[in-house]
Amino acid sequence: MNADTDVPPIVEMRGITIRFPGVLALDNVDFTLRPGEIHSLMGENGAGKSTLIKALTGVYAIDSGSIAVAGKRQTFSTAADAQDAGISTVYQEVNLCANLSVGENVMLGHEKRRGTGIDWKTTHSEAARHLASLGLTLDTRSILASHSIAIQQLVAISRAMVLDAKVLILDEPTSSLDRGEVEQLFGIMRDLRDKGVAILFVSHFLDQVYEISDRITVLRNGALVGEHPIAELPRDALVTKMIGRELEDLASIASSSHREIDRSGTPVVRATGLGKRGVLEPADLEVFEGEVVGIAGLLGSGRTELVRLLYGADRADEGTVEVHGEHVRLHQPRHAIEHRISLSSENRREEGVVADLTVAENIVLGMQARQGWLRKIPKKDQDAVVQEYIDALGVRPANPNALVGNLSGGNQQKVLLARWLATAPELLVLDEPTRGIDVGAKADIQRKVAELSAQGLSVIFISSELEEVLRMAQRVVVLRDRKKIGELEAATTDLDGLIDYIANAGEGSAA
Amino acid sequence: MAAMTTARPTSRPSEGRPSVVQTFLSRHGGMMPTFAAVAILVLLFIGGEIFLRGDFIKPLTISNLLINYAYLLVLAVGMTFVILTGGIDLSVGSVMAFTGMLGAKLLADGSPVWIAVPAMLLGGAVIGLFIGILVQYFGVQPFIASLAGLFLGRGLAFIVSLNSIKVEEPAVVWLQSTRMKLGDWVITPTGIIALVTVAIAAFVLHLTRFGRTIYAIGGSEQSARLMGLKVGRTKVAAYVISGTCAGLAGLLLTAYSNAGYPRNGIGTELDAIAAVVIGGTLLTGGRGYVLGSMIGVFVYGTIKTIINFMGAEQAWMQIIVGSLLLLFIVVQRAIVARAEGRR
Repeated sequence: MNADTDVPPIVEMRGITIRFPGVLALDNVDFTLRPGEIHSLMGENGAGKSTLIKALTGVYAIDSGSIAVAGKRQTFSTAADAQDAGISTVYQEVNLCANLSVGENVMLGHEKRRGTGIDWKTTHSEAARHLASLGLTLDTRSILASHSIAIQQLVAISRAMVLDAKVLILDEPTSSLDRGEVEQLFGIMRDLRDKGVAILFVSHFLDQVYEISDRITVLRNGALVGEHPIAELPRDALVTKMIGRELEDLASIASSSHREIDRSGTPVVRATGLGKRGVLEPADLEVFEGEVVGIAGLLGSGRTELVRLLYGADRADEGTVEVHGEHVRLHQPRHAIEHRISLSSENRREEGVVADLTVAENIVLGMQARQGWLRKIPKKDQDAVVQEYIDALGVRPANPNALVGNLSGGNQQKVLLARWLATAPELLVLDEPTRGIDVGAKADIQRKVAELSAQGLSVIFISSELEEVLRMAQRVVVLRDRKKIGELEAATTDLDGLIDYIANAGEGSAA
Repeated sequence: MAAMTTARPTSRPSEGRPSVVQTFLSRHGGMMPTFAAVAILVLLFIGGEIFLRGDFIKPLTISNLLINYAYLLVLAVGMTFVILTGGIDLSVGSVMAFTGMLGAKLLADGSPVWIAVPAMLLGGAVIGLFIGILVQYFGVQPFIASLAGLFLGRGLAFIVSLNSIKVEEPAVVWLQSTRMKLGDWVITPTGIIALVTVAIAAFVLHLTRFGRTIYAIGGSEQSARLMGLKVGRTKVAAYVISGTCAGLAGLLLTAYSNAGYPRNGIGTELDAIAAVVIGGTLLTGGRGYVLGSMIGVFVYGTIKTIINFMGAEQAWMQIIVGSLLLLFIVVQRAIVARAEGRR
């Protein structure tokens, strides 16, 4: 709004490059932040947003490039250095101490002293003054944990202001807030902007970004895509810049998956009004036999949340689930597995494969879960099944005794897929099965999924790569801002149509 | 935007003005376990009075609690610092034995008391520093690092001597033998030292930035670091304080028994931890009071006294302390679970 390009920038990052072992996290990125603007940093997961913020706040050291704050070149080695230079950060997870009082959290490290000891009375009244300047009236002596996350976020911002911040970084501050709380936060952000504070805002919610920002910088795969005033960047252009286009030749998979599905009978799984407060608005979902249902939406739109509620990994507040037309209660993953629903998590390493076991042992784990733990599976059967999956999925090395931890990401994903297939599911939920793996492995996995679904397996396929979703699925469920906004037939939708739908559908009626 | 400014927040708009009870709970909910410890102490006294037919609640019994358990109180104070950061220090019992031996040996070899006593404190501090550095800079689990300290301390105690060393130094003997009387109340210099230690610790924990950093680390180490607090040196300092307290406890125990003995304090670290936990300090850190730890020591001492009075098996001591610990840990879990449920 009142951010002119003429105003000298408060933060200038030039040619920032950060390498992690085997990964170029940031590649020669420029970023400029001006006083009195709200600047959104956009990009999909892995685009480098967090890395850029951590470079600016002294958490990560930069390999090359320069950072200047208020025209002065800076090298930050700790969070405290960045704070001293006037850069304050409020992280997604509230980084305060919930065991201490509100006032203490605001003032920690800056308590008022009298003589040798802390003067609590003055400290609390000082904290109250800072809170009041953001329009908050709280009992500063109450324990922080007794307040909602929204209030805690605002307390964190208030703390940032005690440090007399010239730059305020808000990393996903709205992800756990409801609509009213977001409005409260935005009001405070506008006040601060009008006082000349530069605000760097990160959010996955497009509506919020368009509501609050003056300017947007887009990153993709660790590189700068561009910086634009908000008015010059329509939503679909933004989404295209964030996602990019992938030109892989996987057309054969597309042709095999675009077949007619008989949706006249009872669906394998039907969820009705499945939702959880603050996580996902009630959504319906049906999957028929042999059908691949894609779920599309930006990161944080509720894709993972939807399938976790369905699977029972998180407990839904409302809604019902039917398997083959019968009501079931899926309160734990174990219940889902009993009803032959399997979910392959997006956190491959943390929630997926057991890195310290061999390929064979990982696959047998899946068989064993299906059989019951006490029933011994003959060694001969185990070996046969393991060999079958290694061949079918092309696991490399094709050695059943290799430790899974030593395999590449793509091959770990194949083992994980094999393990879930060994549970003989009727519905297989794949959350980002191809993220971070090479093209060859990606094609192997896609081919296998297409083949199995042709044989009658029902699949829910989640991916950030929209082309992949369109290629694999017959039907695409679209989510935005934790809400299902519609369904599309993959055969009659192209990538531009899907991007447009994600960005604009239901606009006006939403929020 | 204009409509929103009218709806500016208060903490709980729907409830109106919060009641006194609500305000108290939102401010001091963390004190509940300590109040529970006080209640248990009172119940123990009443129980003792009933069982022993009016022979229990008298100034001498209470005075003796402080006199007999001064060393445990000092250990518990140091332990409170460490547990508040979310750590644990298993070394204190054997460090106390080592510093006791060290002091006794120095005095027996003719060193003056003004060398022996600082050497004891320093010996404890150095082992604490060693544990703290292992924990903070080498990323060793506090349990393991202090277990190393436990073996180290015990080994050093045996290296000083395999047998007990008698201490006849008047200044040390004076610490325990002097009985200052106020009516029927009695206190020794060792008791005063323990009380002063508690007072200093309470001041440091509640009225200095260092003390608040201890609490902040226990609440969330990651947050404390991101808030720009000096996490590393504060954590190391907590172990140094615990070690120094163990050195001081060595002095008190030596005065109490007039000797250094290498097998002193086997398992005492567990008594100190039990006292701290019973006193209401959360084992996960961030919540608790040094005064609570003092109550915890008194609860421990009272149980032991009652058992002695009754002439019952000492095994009951362990069963009762164990049950109390269990009870308190369950209560703490419930409190933490409730706090998380609210978020």
